[in-house]
Amino acid sequence: MLNARTAADPHAWLRRQARWSPWEVVFWLATIIPFYFFPTYLTLASQVAVTALFAISVDLVLGYAGIITLGHAMFFGLGAYFAGLLTKTGWGEPLSGLVLAGLFAALIGFLVSFIIVRVQHLALLMITLGLGLLTAELANSLGWLTGGTDGLQGVDVWPIFSRFEFDLWGYTAYAYALIVLFIGVVASQRIVHSSFGLSLRGVRENLTRMPAIGSPYRRHLQIAYTISAGLAGIAGAVLTQTTETVSLDSLSFQRSADVVVMLILGGTGRLYGAILGAAIFMIARDQLSGMNPQYWYFWIGVLLMVVVLVVPNGILGGLSRLVRGRGT
Amino acid sequence: MFARIAAVLALGVGLMWSAQANAQDTIKIGLIMAYSGPFADTANQMQAGIDLYMQQHGDEVAGKKIEIIKKDTGGPKADEAKRLAQELIVRDGVDILAGFTLTPEALGAAAVADQAKKFMVVMNAATSIITEKSPYIVRTSMTIPQLNTAFGKWAYEKGGVKQAYTLVADYAPGVDASTAFAKGFTDAGGTIVGADKSPMGPPDFSAFVQRIKDASPEAVFVFIPGGAQPPALGKALAERGLTPPNTQIFAQGELTFPEAIKSMGDTAKGIITTFNYTMERDDPINNAFVKAYRDANKGRSPDIYSVGGYDGMHLIYEALKKTGGSTDAAALVKASEGMSWESPRGKMVIDPETRDVIQTVYIRKVEEVDGQLQNVVIDEIPDVKDPLHGAK
Amino acid sequence: MIGNLAIVLFDGLAFGMLLFVLSVGLSVTLGLMNFVNLAHGAFAMLGGYATVVATRELGLPFLWSLPVAFIVAALVSVAFERTLFRRLYRAGELNQVLFTIGLVFVAAASAAYVFGTAQQPIELPEFLRGVTEFAGFRFGSYRIFLIVVALVITGLLVLGLEYTRFGAQVRAAVDNQRAAQGLGIDVDSVFAMTFALGSGLAGLGGALAIEMVGLDPSFGFHYLVYMMIVVSVGGLGSIAGSFVAASLLGVADVAGKYFVPELGAFMIYLVMVVILFMRPQGLIGKR
Repeated sequence: MLNARTAADPHAWLRRQARWSPWEVVFWLATIIPFYFFPTYLTLASQVAVTALFAISVDLVLGYAGIITLGHAMFFGLGAYFAGLLTKTGWGEPLSGLVLAGLFAALIGFLVSFIIVRVQHLALLMITLGLGLLTAELANSLGWLTGGTDGLQGVDVWPIFSRFEFDLWGYTAYAYALIVLFIGVVASQRIVHSSFGLSLRGVRENLTRMPAIGSPYRRHLQIAYTISAGLAGIAGAVLTQTTETVSLDSLSFQRSADVVVMLILGGTGRLYGAILGAAIFMIARDQLSGMNPQYWYFWIGVLLMVVVLVVPNGILGGLSRLVRGRGT
Repeated sequence: MFARIAAVLALGVGLMWSAQANAQDTIKIGLIMAYSGPFADTANQMQAGIDLYMQQHGDEVAGKKIEIIKKDTGGPKADEAKRLAQELIVRDGVDILAGFTLTPEALGAAAVADQAKKFMVVMNAATSIITEKSPYIVRTSMTIPQLNTAFGKWAYEKGGVKQAYTLVADYAPGVDASTAFAKGFTDAGGTIVGADKSPMGPPDFSAFVQRIKDASPEAVFVFIPGGAQPPALGKALAERGLTPPNTQIFAQGELTFPEAIKSMGDTAKGIITTFNYTMERDDPINNAFVKAYRDANKGRSPDIYSVGGYDGMHLIYEALKKTGGSTDAAALVKASEGMSWESPRGKMVIDPETRDVIQTVYIRKVEEVDGQLQNVVIDEIPDVKDPLHGAK
Repeated sequence: MIGNLAIVLFDGLAFGMLLFVLSVGLSVTLGLMNFVNLAHGAFAMLGGYATVVATRELGLPFLWSLPVAFIVAALVSVAFERTLFRRLYRAGELNQVLFTIGLVFVAAASAAYVFGTAQQPIELPEFLRGVTEFAGFRFGSYRIFLIVVALVITGLLVLGLEYTRFGAQVRAAVDNQRAAQGLGIDVDSVFAMTFALGSGLAGLGGALAIEMVGLDPSFGFHYLVYMMIVVSVGGLGSIAGSFVAASLLGVADVAGKYFVPELGAFMIYLVMVVILFMRPQGLIGKR
């Protein structure tokens, strides 16, 4: 793929990779549509944006660095609880709360990363899962702090800039979640299209070769994991702030598993796959469960199986192959 | 500024939609429950109670047609319940929010009911604080302290035991139950000799049952959710010989649900439980209800969730009759306050001060009747209120 | 005190054997065949419902319903393997995850539709109910039965995979498909039979588990985590490893709840994390 010139100038190649494509512009313009044409779907749209951000955080470690995780709800939930508990101390300002929650989740992620980088494959998967379950149990047993299974009570988030209240329709919630998602995507793109991002992909493709070419892969993995944890924490904090609720479910194994399913559905290692997967999964769930609240997940199951058989690289993977196929 | 104008405009459109819905003479009720996931059975039983009431009483009240819209939360998810409540109001234009099998669902939706001024009927979720979250909430089920504080007192005064060990599932309702039972029991003069909480994972109770045996108490109080846990716990107790009359077993009624008794067999004999509804209680209204319910549900028997749904619909219907079909939340709450009726569970009253149920707490014992093990009512404590409301 | 310890060890072992019968099939499909089969719990659930139907509708005795559960799960799994799963052997782990999770969704919805969401109690024969007294201790009869069954399964599998022709073919086919094919082994049907064996064991485990943990449509999701814990701690591809891991986890869980009840919920996960951190390949795993 690389011609002589790009090989000679890797930074130019990276820059070209990072350049905005027309598809992306169209995509971001499309995210504004709900405000005007589907105002009754804004709450759903805001939760899709939150989940998409969460899925991107998982994509950073799973899709780019090859760390298979089944416990990322740990960081989502820690961010959610941190944001909720912060408002209970009397400080309900959302933007600073968001940053602090992200930093808190990143700090925990950094500590956990020392364990994560020492194991691979199934052991890695199971340790992430185990740590996630341990955190959920811990939150349950600290009922005096977290409210246990009843959920955290008394979360009180101030209006954004003391002006925009979180309204019943979800205008503020969606606008807020969308902006955070946008910033998250831009930041993630800068990361994956940097030389650091390339070295991560190197780790994913061939773990033994990276140290051989002098790349400190463990440090790189730790940094990636920490960033990812922070991003997941921010997603959790947005959910807390837009809904003013926090329940144990935010830490649950199901949330960890669902987000991985969404990511694979959309396509791993391409950021927009995470967004697409979250959107398709959640909209399908909303529509199907609206039609049949008791058995809707039958059709979700069918959807997942069909996607694997028809487009094995996830939906975005299939789409991009289609587009490229036409181009040549 | 723009966002605010848009919000105001959108709200206007939404109100017009609801106004339109009213003009078409339908009243929409949005049901929020965990129809799928591990708690699906609770929702299905409650839905069957709701369906039965509507089948018996028609879908027209005060000249208006009742329309039901069901939404699935999939489990104890407050954020999901809140979103569904918002969508039900802005998208579907519902007039009343109802259902709520699990406490986090009710707590999540409570803020929405409050903000949108919608009447909200809690048909199961049993944590005391729910009705305090908004003045538009009315509950038709029960609260855990309501049953278990009265039960603790009864266990000391009439159950003939002076000391007890408590074992509850390690989640908020379990903690509430052990606190409430201990309060009733110790206030009456009893002592709690030990208290354990068992994790919600796979139902293996052998370690806890052995701990209880080591303490050799006169009685054990247990609280666990329905489903897989009751038979597992019942059998574990029996394996260690912790069975009545040597050791009294007290529990909230989940332990002796029909499926659990069937699975436990004779070891269930003598277990004493408390509930606000007893399917086997001989009473004309109840007998007719049980028969109709079984006919409509392939022989499945009703339980407290069914009755919570059935009575919840009764409350909605009667309140709508009083308001002449108006769905104004304040008017519906006013119409509900003090309302009293004969339900399959017996007499029930909506407390005008707390909007919670005042009802009879039944004490039942598993006995063999005509070769079948069942819960036989051995005592009744009339007119019990939730002890926590206004306590702080 | 010594007596209590014996009881706790016994109960822990029995609980471990429950985990073992549920997960040993996964040790075959995931461990031997390298197929990430998250639908394992769904096949266990299928076996459970097969037992319920066999005992309740067909009036079969409980013991006879166990082979029925094995056969039903094995047959259904072969149908899936021949038509769908075989396309995924080389499709990568993530596709296998997505596909088999989809299957669990479908299975759970189908079970809820056909059997309802209620618990399905089964009635056991008299000799499996109640307790057996021995040396002054009371042992749950069903727990003894479970331990015996688990020992028999382990023995048969280890013998079958190590010392029979079929076992040799399985190991050859798994280690190197092309070389095995070159030696004239029908790799396709060996894979199909191995898959059937794993799923059949899942079905058997599901049937045996009803008495201990009940059965409802969420079963397939509920026990998946525990199955994966046992297989990973035991080590991929080792039946004996799964057996040791299940025993250890069961005893640790029950003993933890008994001696330090505050940590009861954490014990099984803590043990797993610590073991896998020290030995990422599992207790007896080779890979």
